Amino acid sequence: MSKFTLKINGATQSVDVEDDTPLLWVLRDHLNLVGTKFSCGIAQCGACTVHVNGTATFSCVTPISSVGNAEVTTIEGLSKEGDHPVQKAWEEVDVAQCGYCQSGQIMTAAAFLEQNPSPTLEEIDNAMNRNICRCGTYHKIREAVAVAAKSN
Amino acid sequence: MKTQTGTSRRDFLKIAGTTAGGLVIGFNWFSCDSPKMEVLSIEQVLAQAKSFNSFLSISPTGDVVIYSPNPELGQNIKTSFPMVVAEELEADWEKVRVVQANLDSAKYERQLTGGSGAMPHSWERLRKAGATAKFLLVAAAVQTWKVPATEISVSKGMISHEGSGKKGHFGEFVAVATTLKAPEEVTLKDKKDFTIIGTPVKNVDAKDMYTGKPMYGLDFQREGMYYAMIQRAPFGMKLGSVDDSAARSVAGVTNVVTFGSSVAVVGTSTWPLMKAKKLLKVNYEPDGVVESTTDHDRLFTELMAKGKAEVKRKDGDVAAAFKSAAKIVTAEYQCPFLAHSPMEPENFFAHVQGDKVELVGPTQTPDRARQETAKLLGIPPENVSVAITRLGGGFGRRLRADYVVEAVEVSRAIQAPVKVTWSREDELTGGAYRPAVRYRFEAALDATGTLVGYKLRGVGMNAGNTTRESNFPSGAVDHVLIESIEYSSSITTNAWRAPITNFLAYAEQSFLDEVALAAGKDPVAFRLELLQRAKSNPVGEIGYDVDRMIGVVKTAAEKSNWGKNPSLKQGFSVYFSHKSYVAQVADIEVQGGVPTLKKITAVTDCGLVVNPTGANHQVRGGIVDGMGHAMYTNLTFEAGVPKQRNFDTYRLIRLKEVPEIETHFVDSGFDPTGLGEPALPPTGGAIANAIFAATGRRLRSQPFIEQKEFSDIQLQIKRA
Repeated sequence: MSKFTLKINGATQSVDVEDDTPLLWVLRDHLNLVGTKFSCGIAQCGACTVHVNGTATFSCVTPISSVGNAEVTTIEGLSKEGDHPVQKAWEEVDVAQCGYCQSGQIMTAAAFLEQNPSPTLEEIDNAMNRNICRCGTYHKIREAVAVAAKSN
Repeated sequence: MKTQTGTSRRDFLKIAGTTAGGLVIGFNWFSCDSPKMEVLSIEQVLAQAKSFNSFLSISPTGDVVIYSPNPELGQNIKTSFPMVVAEELEADWEKVRVVQANLDSAKYERQLTGGSGAMPHSWERLRKAGATAKFLLVAAAVQTWKVPATEISVSKGMISHEGSGKKGHFGEFVAVATTLKAPEEVTLKDKKDFTIIGTPVKNVDAKDMYTGKPMYGLDFQREGMYYAMIQRAPFGMKLGSVDDSAARSVAGVTNVVTFGSSVAVVGTSTWPLMKAKKLLKVNYEPDGVVESTTDHDRLFTELMAKGKAEVKRKDGDVAAAFKSAAKIVTAEYQCPFLAHSPMEPENFFAHVQGDKVELVGPTQTPDRARQETAKLLGIPPENVSVAITRLGGGFGRRLRADYVVEAVEVSRAIQAPVKVTWSREDELTGGAYRPAVRYRFEAALDATGTLVGYKLRGVGMNAGNTTRESNFPSGAVDHVLIESIEYSSSITTNAWRAPITNFLAYAEQSFLDEVALAAGKDPVAFRLELLQRAKSNPVGEIGYDVDRMIGVVKTAAEKSNWGKNPSLKQGFSVYFSHKSYVAQVADIEVQGGVPTLKKITAVTDCGLVVNPTGANHQVRGGIVDGMGHAMYTNLTFEAGVPKQRNFDTYRLIRLKEVPEIETHFVDSGFDPTGLGEPALPPTGGAIANAIFAATGRRLRSQPFIEQKEFSDIQLQIKRA
């Protein structure tokens, strides 16, 4: 076990875990930040997406020992009031069915729009293709990212 | 080992620490309130609210609490059920708080999610619940104001008397209303006066979902709770010996327990268990037949030829019809096993304390969880409480209680509260799949191209009845023989979204396309001809409403411009399931020899549409689901173990693989029927038929991408 001091959602947090513990499980089991979801565990579905220094990252395959001083942002810290343009667009478009993948979808979209504020539909598709939605809300996801891009 | 006793307020502190504004601290974590700006928390509302009936409480502040009894897995029931209650109550939707009810068999008759059956079952009950409460509130106003009931009007949570100008919100009448006797009969609203039903009301859990609030079973945590993961036996095998010494040495692992053929690693967080599970050295012994996909293929052939067939339907004289036929068309279709793969893997929390058990988690059948737990422990069912979390998908997998009972086993063994979590590998290898099925269809056409004989024989691996003998084209053909053959496999199966029809519809609608072409008829005209026959002079008993099916067929042809655009190759499909009717047309455009799937047009008759947003979601989602599994997904076995163990090889459809989907709803005047499943069955057939029209390749097995007929078709998908 090693002690790690992390910067998560703007606050400093300390945990005592094994070096290989994925960031996902540190967030979920040790810091009670359960908005970041577990689904595949092998970087295939995107449900676990968080931002590490602003980059959309699969937290399920990110060992805690690799995080260092990086700024980690989870869905809980994306905005104070749940009013990030992407979250607002998700509400406006009413995207979710079961909702389980949506925090990962939102984190992917938010990081993408930060880098590309005025994307084409093609670019949106390419960016969002890394997240799986088993309910098939893909049309709404695409629409919501476009809405968020416009409102930016 | 620590043992946690009692349910204290602090049980929820760990989880409540992550919620905004302290809204749910200490009371009931499941009361995920709807997104409102009011200062009152759901607990404050509930503390004052008085109950009118199982579905409805109203607080003196005028806040309305509506309980949603059925598990929510994405079918939007937690929004659409309360809409129905609120409609008849004449509530102000902005003042409505929705609470997921826990299992309460005394209050609710059908607390399950399955078979697209919730809305048809509850439609009238929900309306009455709202109307009865409204009646009592009006009666209270009559008593308070001393005016006749006929002069009182109710709208948006306000009760008014025009003559005197008196006006008050619901809350002002709650104290009196709840002392009055509820009427036996109430008058329900005329559908044309609906103001909430039929409007695109947004998901009541939206804000919580999009801000990462704990809502799903996997999010549940309790102080002192242990975590567990389980190694399960391959199909057809049982536990031999276990060497758990390496697993026990992993830091964070506190225990390893065995029950049945399962080995559970227990610890204080999830990650050490994932590592420890890989270090278990488990030997298994054969316990029945250990099967591989090659065995299944051989069995399909053997059983199709000479298996013991159960006759499901027999009309006329099939042998004679085929003997005198001008043309006979025969084809076989096959589908693989599939996992349900909800995004939230199976999990459940259990706490066994003496003869009482507390269960928390995602289940489609909370009562089954209770009954199986009670049976396992030999305790009365009422000693088992079940709190229903939001479900991260279900697709039928969570109709079973196997993963609940496992958690009970582990909690009993370690004498402590525990949450069992399945990994994705566990989920894909742990069983209860959509069964593999093979069908043989035979059609006899007379000299005019009329379908006079129809034979269907299905062979299923633990599929039960592989047919739907009362469905179309039964009723439209004089001579019919429908048979089913069951193979008892060691691989477990379960209902999978639109059970049986999720594949049967594809096979049947593809085959009917083959028959129409053999008869030299347009596929839509051919179906309408059969439906006319079923309408004017039906053969035997039929389970579908012919007019409603004709309705969706004609509307789909019209909306898709069927046959009118020479540059489009179209595929048609129509199916009746779960009391709803859905017709679909897939459009493929071929340019320079490259086929592009551009659009799927869907026309649905599910009676009255309660929530257009939710309905669109279910139809589009069903189509994406049907297309994804028809195109890409396969689950094959080697020595009792699936070869595809995660999403790298078990391929699910992604965003770039969905075409435009256009949805239409037929206003047939019927009460609402289910929509969680009916849009899925027709999709595979519509796409396969369009691929045939575009390329001349007939896809008779799923997934399409693994068929040799598909190998050189560079199918593109255009995203609108």
